[in-house]
Amino acid sequence: MSFEPKIVGFCCNWCSYRGADLAGTARMKCSPNVRIIRVMCSGRVEPTFILKAFELGADGVLVLGCHPGDCHYVEGNYKAARRMPLLKKMLAQMGIEEDRVRLDWVSASEGDRFVAIVDEMTEKVRALGPFKNNFKEAKYG
Amino acid sequence: METPKIGVYVCHCGSNIAGTVDVQQVVEFAKKLDSVVVAREYKFMCSDPGQNMIKEDIKNLKLNRVVVASCSPLLHEPTFRHAVQEAGLNPYLFEMANIREQCSWTTEDHEKATEKAKALVSAAVKRVRYHQPLETKDVPVNPATLIVGGGIAGIQAALEIADAGHKVYLVEKDPSIGGHMIQFDKTFPTLDCSACILTPKMTSAGSHPNIELMTYSEVEDVSGFIGNFKVRVRKKARFVDEEKCNGCGVCMEKCPWKAPSEFDLGLGERKAIYTPFPQAVPNIPVIDKEHCVYFLRGRCRACEKFCERGAIDFEQQDKIVELEVGNIIIATGYDPFDPTPIVKYGYNRYPNVYTALEFERLCNAAGPTGGKIVLRDGSEPKSVAIIHCVGSRDENYHRYCSRVCCMYALKYSHLIKEKTEADVYQMYIDMRCFGKGYEEFYERLSKEGVKFIRGKVAEVTDRALTDEEKGKLIVCGEDTLLGTVIRVPVDMVILCIALEPRSDAKQVAQLFRISQGADGFFIERHPKLDPVATMTDGIFIAGCCQGPKDIPDTVAQASAAATRVLSLISKGKVELEATVAVIDEEKCSGCRVCNILCPYNAITFIEDKEVSRVNEALCKGCGTCVAACPSAAITHKHFTTEEIMAEIEGVLV
Repeated sequence: MSFEPKIVGFCCNWCSYRGADLAGTARMKCSPNVRIIRVMCSGRVEPTFILKAFELGADGVLVLGCHPGDCHYVEGNYKAARRMPLLKKMLAQMGIEEDRVRLDWVSASEGDRFVAIVDEMTEKVRALGPFKNNFKEAKYG
Repeated sequence: METPKIGVYVCHCGSNIAGTVDVQQVVEFAKKLDSVVVAREYKFMCSDPGQNMIKEDIKNLKLNRVVVASCSPLLHEPTFRHAVQEAGLNPYLFEMANIREQCSWTTEDHEKATEKAKALVSAAVKRVRYHQPLETKDVPVNPATLIVGGGIAGIQAALEIADAGHKVYLVEKDPSIGGHMIQFDKTFPTLDCSACILTPKMTSAGSHPNIELMTYSEVEDVSGFIGNFKVRVRKKARFVDEEKCNGCGVCMEKCPWKAPSEFDLGLGERKAIYTPFPQAVPNIPVIDKEHCVYFLRGRCRACEKFCERGAIDFEQQDKIVELEVGNIIIATGYDPFDPTPIVKYGYNRYPNVYTALEFERLCNAAGPTGGKIVLRDGSEPKSVAIIHCVGSRDENYHRYCSRVCCMYALKYSHLIKEKTEADVYQMYIDMRCFGKGYEEFYERLSKEGVKFIRGKVAEVTDRALTDEEKGKLIVCGEDTLLGTVIRVPVDMVILCIALEPRSDAKQVAQLFRISQGADGFFIERHPKLDPVATMTDGIFIAGCCQGPKDIPDTVAQASAAATRVLSLISKGKVELEATVAVIDEEKCSGCRVCNILCPYNAITFIEDKEVSRVNEALCKGCGTCVAACPSAAITHKHFTTEEIMAEIEGVLV
């Protein structure tokens, strides 16, 4: 049996969560590996949420917000985007592969785009294999 | 914290969920989760028996938390919140697991779907433990309404609200209300005269005691929220005192200077002091600074000399007016597409190629030719070609259908036939006659001897190949029904131009914090079930600013927007979302990072305490400040860090 990655997905209430719902309403099929947590805005996603997910056994984390310019809260998605580069740098230092975290945009009318991103992400993480949590073993100083 | 007693309810949704997810297995799984007192399944949890099952358990088993695993919370969260509230629980002590849209419907493999459903239920159970009872707050609704745009949509909505006894501020950027509709000649399919049906409404709007007309004015700033907006409007200087002017028109008669008339799209002329058209509401002229010789050269003042009431005021300045309103309706309409970039159609190159709106003015008895359909040289055309879909249904310009062109093109053929002896050619791609009485109108016109040619026109040219074509405009294209290339020599060409978003739609969207779709039109809250509200509470849209539509649809949407406003006014209050951010002043270091991040300016810095504070009435609950606070001093109610961390743990079972 092939490896089934566990991926935590953060979706904003206004665009991407609705896009995910639309994929279902339109009966599109997508890989079941992404489990969605609803937040009001992608700007609510703290970098610690992502680290926590890895600590608790996630193999990947997907953050989806409204398209740039379309944020329900004017610019929360830009704030989410600005946190990403620093987090990615940190993840690299911790030995977490870049492809395990993805920030992207899905509008409420893009069920197909949601499916494409979820499937692509799942395959990438599957290819990387299970995430090995070395946090606890790490020694400091 | 009280000991959590959680009830879990898994819905079959007929076979929508149960057909893929093993509901029984999910229930057994839920029973073993921490703090779960009861777990049950039912065919339809949202039905009365389903809801009663939950209510009974809350009473009998003293549940203090409830989880329902069913469809999307966007569909039934309000239903179940209401149910738990009826059983005496605070509605926020409820959580929903979306195992339909995001699980059973998107997953083929039954086993994997069941595993995912379990994970989602586990997340909801872990999260709901941390839920706190929250109270929503009521704020009063200011009964005054702002309507932006004085076209038929704005006028209709204003009259409905004003007739119900409430104050309306109708803001229009042009000197008169009326919009595009007052430029039209006849309306399809009934061929009513546009002005005859609109001017009475304009007059009512102008004289209504509850409507304050603010023409030649623009909204500059909007702040606040539903029920309590503050709006700043700039009343541009007319250089005519509105209080003194009685609209006698002698100033316009005496003014020696002329300029091309915007209202007649440059086909006619107006004076430097003018009203756009004789039936203007209000009937108060404005001085066009760009063309007034006094402003240009410092001499003339003829209008002032002849104005008996002394209404001319060359010193007048723009005036800023502050308004307070509870709701806003945006009815800013559309721009006609400029076909100049489609060089092959010859607009602005060949004088007898007209746009549809220009033709409306040409045809109108009050227009520059007195309603005579004539060429630029004054002669009557012997043949006219009407080209459909110019800028619409075209990948290079607008992909959408502008919806009204087929019908007005049919109307034109009738009017041309009525007023001239000309042959009329309709060059169409598809005839779309979808409204009430529209198909019948098409049938009727087909019998009036109009020639229909199916195919996209390739080019309009004056290069004649035969003697017959000499001095004519030759419309070249393909007749796709006959499968032949055609050349039709005509005297006049009318381009059915697209309806496009206003050139300033982006600024308007930003000003009112609403969204635009990919096509540039404003987006409604729901394409089917809520076509008049926007994602910003208290702001509604009506008419062509939401998308191209005909007059009956515009009026219907305007009335609908007015009704939505009226229902808010009659309720008198709005409930504010309880899921706002709060700052723990003990923890706040006063760094002000949140102040800058908040898109609603809801966070203020309290100078003497050196801490930040959230204004709950302004906070929309996005949580951006929470994520950014370096001291973790901000809590996002109902989306607390604890709750989300618990949910992360839950989905990773």
